[in-house]
Amino acid sequence: MLYLDHAATTEVRPETRAAIAPFLGDLFGNPSGIHATSRQAKNALETAREQAAELIGAAHPLEVVFTGGGTEADNLAVVGAALAGGDRRAVVTTAVEHEAVLESVAFLETLGCRVDRVGVDRSGQLDINDLAGRVRADTAVVSVMAANNETGVRFPLAEIAAAVKEASPATLFHTDAVQAFISEDVTVTSTGADMISLAGHKFGGPKGVGLLYVPREVELEPVIHGGGQELGRRSGTHNVAGIVGMVAAMEATVADRAATRERVGKIRNLFEASLRAAVPTVAITAADAPRLVQHSHFRVPGIAAETLLIRLDQAGIGAAAGSACSSGAIEVSHVLAAMGIDEVAAGECVRVSFGWSSGTDDGREAAERIAAVVRELR
Amino acid sequence: MKALVAMSGGVDSSVAAALMLEQGYEVVGVTLKQWEGVDGQMPLAGCCTVSDSEDARRVAAQLDIPYYVLDYVDEFTEKVVDHFGEMYAAGKTPNPCIECNRRVRFSVLLERTVALGCDVLVTGHHARIRHDDDGYHLIKAVDGTKDQSYVLHMLGQADLARVRLPIGEMPKTKVREYAAAMGLRTAAKPDSQDLCFVGEGSYRDFIRSRFPDAARPGPLVMSDGTVLAEHDGTIDFTIGQRKGLGVALGERRYVVDIDATTATVTLGTREELLAVGCVLDQVSFVAGSHPTTPEVDVKIRYRSPAVPARIEPDTGKNWRILFAEPQVAVAPGQSAVFYCGDEVLGGGVISEAVR
Repeated sequence: MLYLDHAATTEVRPETRAAIAPFLGDLFGNPSGIHATSRQAKNALETAREQAAELIGAAHPLEVVFTGGGTEADNLAVVGAALAGGDRRAVVTTAVEHEAVLESVAFLETLGCRVDRVGVDRSGQLDINDLAGRVRADTAVVSVMAANNETGVRFPLAEIAAAVKEASPATLFHTDAVQAFISEDVTVTSTGADMISLAGHKFGGPKGVGLLYVPREVELEPVIHGGGQELGRRSGTHNVAGIVGMVAAMEATVADRAATRERVGKIRNLFEASLRAAVPTVAITAADAPRLVQHSHFRVPGIAAETLLIRLDQAGIGAAAGSACSSGAIEVSHVLAAMGIDEVAAGECVRVSFGWSSGTDDGREAAERIAAVVRELR
Repeated sequence: MKALVAMSGGVDSSVAAALMLEQGYEVVGVTLKQWEGVDGQMPLAGCCTVSDSEDARRVAAQLDIPYYVLDYVDEFTEKVVDHFGEMYAAGKTPNPCIECNRRVRFSVLLERTVALGCDVLVTGHHARIRHDDDGYHLIKAVDGTKDQSYVLHMLGQADLARVRLPIGEMPKTKVREYAAAMGLRTAAKPDSQDLCFVGEGSYRDFIRSRFPDAARPGPLVMSDGTVLAEHDGTIDFTIGQRKGLGVALGERRYVVDIDATTATVTLGTREELLAVGCVLDQVSFVAGSHPTTPEVDVKIRYRSPAVPARIEPDTGKNWRILFAEPQVAVAPGQSAVFYCGDEVLGGGVISEAVR
């Protein structure tokens, strides 16, 4: 299988496996306990927290809240901030966020919160003045992703953060950096964010574990209630193995990032150049916008994504449409709709994404093999 | 050779996939997502729902074949569900399974079969295909009690050349035995009964909510013009119906006419219900041309025995059926299918009864 779906999830890094192994063996303790077995687990947990805090530039380890994944981190940030905001309960976000944010704000809407979803232009980019203009004194939180999971389009977070703070200093700024972390510098300083969501499995960690960076003074209403772990922000027995594994993957990712960025960027660029040469009608989405180096989102006019993806799977190539429902059927993408791409064209869009384990020749090979399938379909 | 198997999540299509593998085909399983709830998810109960597609997915995994869910919601809504509502609004009694076969399964999915790199489309229908010097023949299933050749009558030579129906060769008991022997999870699953897009609840409630036009109240009258009552909508009635009429009458009365323009439902005697024939539109013949002898057996409903009749061309592309004996319950919207013994010759949709 030529795996071209690293944005959906990527291979677990060897560092992750090595870090996890002891916690599936002798180090099985529950960190919340008084005995030696617990203490070992607690120690590992807090070491991981310190490492994670350092890797994202948090001022204190307790600013890292471990969650059950990126979706949960987004829910905690957005729902938690709006519900804890008192008189400030409005939310501003973009029309192209991940469902984890969009469904969270839709839930808040049912509770009577005012929600503003800012649109994007045809290349997927935001009008920052438009966004800032919607931020008012009663806005609890503004949530803007670091980069889009479908198209790979990046948003200028530092600039957005500054505009948000200028419009309303008390409003929190949250970013979902789940897709961006593997190739972009994601720190408290670089993003200017008050809250940052990450998901372990997108950068070589295990699934079902993530984190939210959130300063201790920020009040959040928890979305998961129980034993009061994580300063009461996220109850539930710690997934120690997952957390330790994720942080090992974070460390490896940050250490390799500059190299990965360059290597994967070359693979992706070679992919796009080769695909354009072999299939001249191919249209690459947001080609001129700032994009993550690992994403390529394109369509071959006249060929439905569903057909192309099934043919690619049959040919041993794993790619994706941006958006799929739980049954695996392709859905109309809200991201492409927000960009003003019509339904037919949107139904032809395919996402190819490379990752830390992609081979140097994967881009060229992927383009050749996709072109071969396209020729068969014509 | 590569086969695309349309897997509904039932036992028949599960076994169809297994049989194609046994015959040496490379097999790809698909489930058509045809209908969805307001939240965009597949419905929970009924045919082609979440649990059914999960069964299909698990069977495909057990058979170690690739499996995909294909999105046909727009096509199905437009070509089957909306058509179903329009037919009811016109006072007719549609057969959506036939329209699905005609307009979705054996048209767009059959075209798709080629695009997906497959040579044949396989379904779990109980019917058989034979090939000889004259071409392809569509034959009733081995298991007469399960025969579905009626709903496949629109298939022509080009279609049959690319379709395989392995289940038609086996009695249903054998299908279940085979599934059980293979350990397929669908072996004991009950046959689906309801319309796949209606789910729980009656199709009449479904139409009322989706097509209010088909639920306009109107007069319930006797054939002599006497008004008996006001009814709640023509969708509650079908030609030949004698139960649930909403009025108590001394003797047996049947629905003999539904006039959608005035929403008038007419009751009459069994004699008044009898039709000597009917006119058909959307007529097609499996062989590509009409049979040389006009004497055929004709089925005017899915669950009614075939009766002797003559078929002859009517105006335009329409055909006319003249029954050897007058028939009750000739309902416009239902399909009339021509047989010669076990072989399907063709069929069409009843546009009007001839009394």
